[in-house]
Parts: sequence; C-alpha cells; structure tokens
Amino acid sequence: MTAPEPFLGTTSSAPVRHHILSVLVENKAGVLARIAGLFARRGFNIYSLAVAPAEGNARFSRVTIVVDAESAPLEQIVGQLDKLVNVVAIKDLAPRDALERELLLATLPVNDTNRAAVLDVVANAGASIVDANATSFSVVLAGTPGACDQLEKSLEGFADVELQRTGRVALPRLKQTATP
Amino acid sequence: MQLTGAQALIKSLEQEGVDTIFGLPGGAILPVYDPILDSSIRHILVRHEQGAGHMAEGYALATGRPGVAMVTSGPGATNIVTPIANAHMDSTPLVVITGQVATASIGSDAFQECDITGITMGITKHNFLIQSAHEIPRAVAAAFHLATTGRPGPVLIDLPKDISQSMMEWWYPTTIEELDLPGYRPEIPLDDDAVALAVALIGASERPVLYVGGGTLKSKAHKELLAFAERTKMPVVTTLMARGAFPDSHEQHLGMPGMHGMYSAVTAIQKADLLISLGARFDDRVTGQVSSFAAGAKVIHVDIDRAEFNKVRQADVALQTNVARALVAFDAANATPQNLDVWWKEIRTWQERYPLVYDEPSVDGPLRPQHVIKAIAEKAAPGTIVTAGVGQHQMWASQFWDFEEPGTWVNSGGAGTMGFGVPAAIGAKVGRPDRTVWCIDGDGCFQMTAQELVTARAEGIPIKVAILNNAYLGMVRQWQEMFYEERYSEVYLSAELPDYVKWAESMGCVGLRARTLQEMHDVIEQANQINDVPVVIDFRTDSSEKVFPMVASGASNDDILVHPSQRGENS
Repeated sequence: MTAPEPFLGTTSSAPVRHHILSVLVENKAGVLARIAGLFARRGFNIYSLAVAPAEGNARFSRVTIVVDAESAPLEQIVGQLDKLVNVVAIKDLAPRDALERELLLATLPVNDTNRAAVLDVVANAGASIVDANATSFSVVLAGTPGACDQLEKSLEGFADVELQRTGRVALPRLKQTATP
Repeated sequence: MQLTGAQALIKSLEQEGVDTIFGLPGGAILPVYDPILDSSIRHILVRHEQGAGHMAEGYALATGRPGVAMVTSGPGATNIVTPIANAHMDSTPLVVITGQVATASIGSDAFQECDITGITMGITKHNFLIQSAHEIPRAVAAAFHLATTGRPGPVLIDLPKDISQSMMEWWYPTTIEELDLPGYRPEIPLDDDAVALAVALIGASERPVLYVGGGTLKSKAHKELLAFAERTKMPVVTTLMARGAFPDSHEQHLGMPGMHGMYSAVTAIQKADLLISLGARFDDRVTGQVSSFAAGAKVIHVDIDRAEFNKVRQADVALQTNVARALVAFDAANATPQNLDVWWKEIRTWQERYPLVYDEPSVDGPLRPQHVIKAIAEKAAPGTIVTAGVGQHQMWASQFWDFEEPGTWVNSGGAGTMGFGVPAAIGAKVGRPDRTVWCIDGDGCFQMTAQELVTARAEGIPIKVAILNNAYLGMVRQWQEMFYEERYSEVYLSAELPDYVKWAESMGCVGLRARTLQEMHDVIEQANQINDVPVVIDFRTDSSEKVFPMVASGASNDDILVHPSQRGENS
C-alpha cells in the first residue's frame, strides 16, 4: 500500500503532475519569446502562463508558468530554463506547497427566466457581479483554480457565455509553525 | 571622446583582444566596415558568409580563443545561421555581428531585413539587438564574457544601421557587474558532498573508464586529465569532440567510443562498473541504444551545464563544475580505484583481437582512404592541425590520425555540418600560422564550401586539402548498402565532375591528383614542399570502402560490427 496522493485542489484544469514555476526574469524585449521558444523546441508543455512586473521593480518581471511534468522531467525543464541568460531566479513549487490563485471573468445574458439561477450560481461560487445592464451580468471570481473550474462548469448550462481566465499565479504556502 | 557606433564597435573588439574578423560587407553593416580600415584587426574577406562562420569556428577550436565573424543583414545573416547552429551544438565560443536595417524600419519588411535575433534564439547562448550606441561596449563585453565562460557557445549581436551611424561618448565596462547580466552565474561553488560521493565510487571501482568529452578541451583540462589518469591507471576514451585531449600514443588511451569507435573503447564502456564522464553529454552517437549502454556502470557525471545531468543517463553523482576543477578535487582526495590488473588484461585482449584494420591497397589503385590518411600523417610535421568535413572521411581521420595535443583536431560533431572542413582549416591556419593545417575532406563536402579557397589564396593562407574522392556521398552510400538493400538513391557524384585539379588551379591553388600508390606518395611529398599557396589533392579512392567498426543506429553497443576480415571468430 502506498500513501494516497494528497488532494491537489484541482482535477480538470491542469494535468495531475503539473508543477508551478515562479520565474524571475529581466524585463527586456523578447524574454517571453525566449521562454516560449525554449518550451516549444524542447517539447515541454505549458499549461498556463502569467506575466507581470515583479515586486514593484521595473527591472524584473515575474512569470508564473504551470508546466506539465509529464511532458519532460522537471529537472530538465528547470535546468534548460536556468540557462536562459535573462532568467534570474526560478522557484519550483509542487502543487501541494503552492498557494494558487486565478481570476475568472464572465459575461452572460440574463432574463426573467434565468436570473434567479444565475444569482444562485454566482452566490454558490463566491463570485460577485461587477457590471450589469438590462440584459447582461458580468461576473468575477478570484479564487483557486479548482473554484474557477467549478464556476466555469456551472456556467456551461447558460447560453452565450463569454468567459476568460487569467492563468494562475502562485506563491509558496506559509510554513505552519507553533505560535511563539 | 565622441565616437560613432561603428567606431565604438571596432574599438570594443580591439578591447577584447580580437586580432581577426572573418566577414563580408553589405548595406546594413557598411558603416562598421569604414573604421576597419583604421584598425589593427585583420579582416578576412570571405566569399560566402557560411565560410566566415566556419572560419571563426576553426580559429576558436585551434586556438581556444573566441572566433569573430561579421556579416550584413538579411541573407548575410541567414547564411551564417548554419555555423551558429554548429557552434551551438559543439559549444564553440563565437561572437557574430550582424548588420540590421535602421531602427525605424525594423518590422516593416525593409530591404534585406530579417529577424535574426528571433531566428537564432534557439541556436545561440544569447543574442542582443542593440537599441542605442551607448550600449555597444556593454553588449560586446557581455558577448565575449558569455561566449567564453561557463559552457561556451555562440553569441550574436545585431546592430541596426542608424545606431552604428549615431554618436556616443566612449566608455568600456571594467567589471562583470557593469555587464548587467543578473541571471548569469557560470561558476557555482564546488559541491563537496558530491565530490566525496564520487571519490567513494572511484574507490570501490574495479573496472572504471574515463569517458572524456569536449568539455575537457573547452576547460583546458588536458594536463589535469593526464595527471589523474596516470596516477589512477584508469583507461581513457576520447569522444569525437575530445580527440587530442589525451595523447593517442598513450598506452592508457583506448581511442574513440561510439558508432564508429574502437572496439576496445566501446566494449570497455559496456563492461565498465564505473563511468566517469568528463564534459561529455551521452550523445546518441556514443550511447547507441541508451537502455543497454554501460548497463552495469555507476555514473559520475562532471559537467559545467546542469541541464546535461540526467538528460540521457541517470547519474549516480552529478558534479556541476569544470573538468579541471573536478579532477583537481579528485586528486586532492586521493581518489584511487581498486587494483586494475584484471581489467587491463581484459582490455588488452580486445585491443589485440580487434585493432583498426583496412584491406591492403592495390598498387594500381583505387586507393584506400584509410591508407591515404595514414600516409599523410606519416609525413606530417608534429603538431599538424587536421580539420574534416562530415561523413566517412571524418570518421577515418578521427580513427587513423594520432592526435597528441589539444587544438589539433577541428571538426563538426553535434551538428554534422558538411562543408565544414575547408573554411575551418582556413580559420585554424589564421589562428595558428606556425602549424601545418591539413583538411581531410570528402568530395561531397568539398563541393559545398570550396569557394573559400579563393579567400585562402587571396589572403595568403596556405592550407592543404586532401579530397578522398570516392565519387559518392560515402556515408549515405554505406547506409544504403547496409540498411537499404543496396538501393542507392541519389548518392552518386562522379569522380570526374567537377575536375578538382582544374577547379583548384582556377582558384589560385596548386591542384594535384593521385590514382596509384606511387602517385599518392609523390603528391603528398609535393604538397609538403608547398608552403606559400593552398594545395588541393584529388585522391581517387575505393567507393565500396566502409567505416568499421560500426554500431547501427539505435542498436546496442554490444552488437558492434567489426571489419569483415575480423568476423567469424568467437568473441
């Protein structure tokens, strides 16, 4: 008997053996192309990718890459990525050690027959309505990738939904220590 | 001091100690060609940009210093893509400067525009698109730093025409920090735990093999290797990229491993209990079928590039450092294997049973290519540098020439670039004018880059080229004979067309031809007398000759095929 796999918080949206790489890069032209090109030519699969300026420093950006560790050994992916001259630091987070969040935005038509159902879905998901007019709602959810999966699935029942997700960002989970 | 960007570029190259640029001008790089007239740097005008790249590689491989090439934008830049890819595969330090259309025109499909930084992203260690003239010194200094440290490789600088024409206040970086490379850490502290583990594995070993790769030459570790090998008495194999890292005449040297390696080198690896990989990367041409490669061996993998660890073969100890430093650490810990007498006795049996052989040449020809190489080698001055193209002649040159020191074997390993030999020989001769340089070439390879002999003659670079003319793309022919039921598809080239002697003469070289044994000896003698102009010899060799030993592609190294005359015995 082996110990059961820990619950990874998500099933449908990313491969089970996914890893999160939090990559600090120089904020220079073409850096994203270098990363994307490396993944393409080495046959590493990217599940999602998010880029933003890092910690208020214009010199660096942080790229959060969810990689499919089935497509290549993680050691290879990290080793090759580290060779890119513009890559400054790589943090490798196993899903169990990562605090992951993602943003979902959706716009959908509402009318008298579905309004109650939509409000129900939004409330259950912990999402909020951030824009509305006579015929449509815009809904936002910032949550775990699993919660975003759930909401996306719940919205499938409605017609003409326009939906976008950002891809996840992640930080290491805090270590639980005894209170001082 | 105010300089144009073009002047700053040339001055930066001077700062880096560059003595030679291989290149060819054109529109976008034109401003940079003007200050060359006032520079101490020698410019070698090539006839095709691919030649410039391979010359720079030959220069780098023969001297250990970075090679420099300069070309214009668009087709000038794309023509040098093959040498860049070649240098990337073989970790050769190269700095390539390409002209680019003016900044304002980038992205507009301007005349001779191409996205060369995009094209070469995957085949350079790094590349730069210069944004201002002020950046030029930093980019050049960074390019040389990147090309020559850590795992060496090609670095490209793309310079838009308006920037080379604009003014800048001259400066030059004096510290690594000024290079602005926050993500680049070529050296990491030595992992003492890994060293201790390696020392323990060595201590337990009864059948070790030193698997020496190109990284040993790149880190200039040949002296440390000799000392370590002699102290520990371990057998040594040198890969195609490491020929010359350990003297071929040394009794502990088993020769080259791999697809066309020596039987004893291949078999010693297969039977080893410990493989110490020194700057080698478990290339498929060495391992054959990976699952049966050195199946009983523990692996100590020494490499400066961590991405090589566990890429092909799981290492028991991975030590990220340069080869010299690892060997010094092993010596300091007095890492010593068990008594190797039994192991050596076994190895000597293989060496005696399966030496390199070839069929006796007949007096009237055709010549045996292996015999031609041996005959040239016998009459060659000590320290002669040998370059090769890619194919049968390359394997025979590696097998039958004895390399005694680093920088004497210049070839295209990882990329397998046909046509490498002639321009690489020119570059090697420019870098080491004191040495004789022979290019052992094939007729197919020669036809790809022969026009650079015009460059050699015009610039006074007296190389010697031996064409082993078997009228075929010989290695392809060998595979079609062995694996495609002798169905020869598109491999015949003709021995007479072109007329290599006339072609050589038209390029200002001495052209010679040999069909018989006597003629072979005579033309080699003649070629050795000529030291002012390039010499080209058309050696008419046997088309049916094949390279042995051979491990078929993807087959296990246990199934090595020896020369037909050695088969039929129980091994």
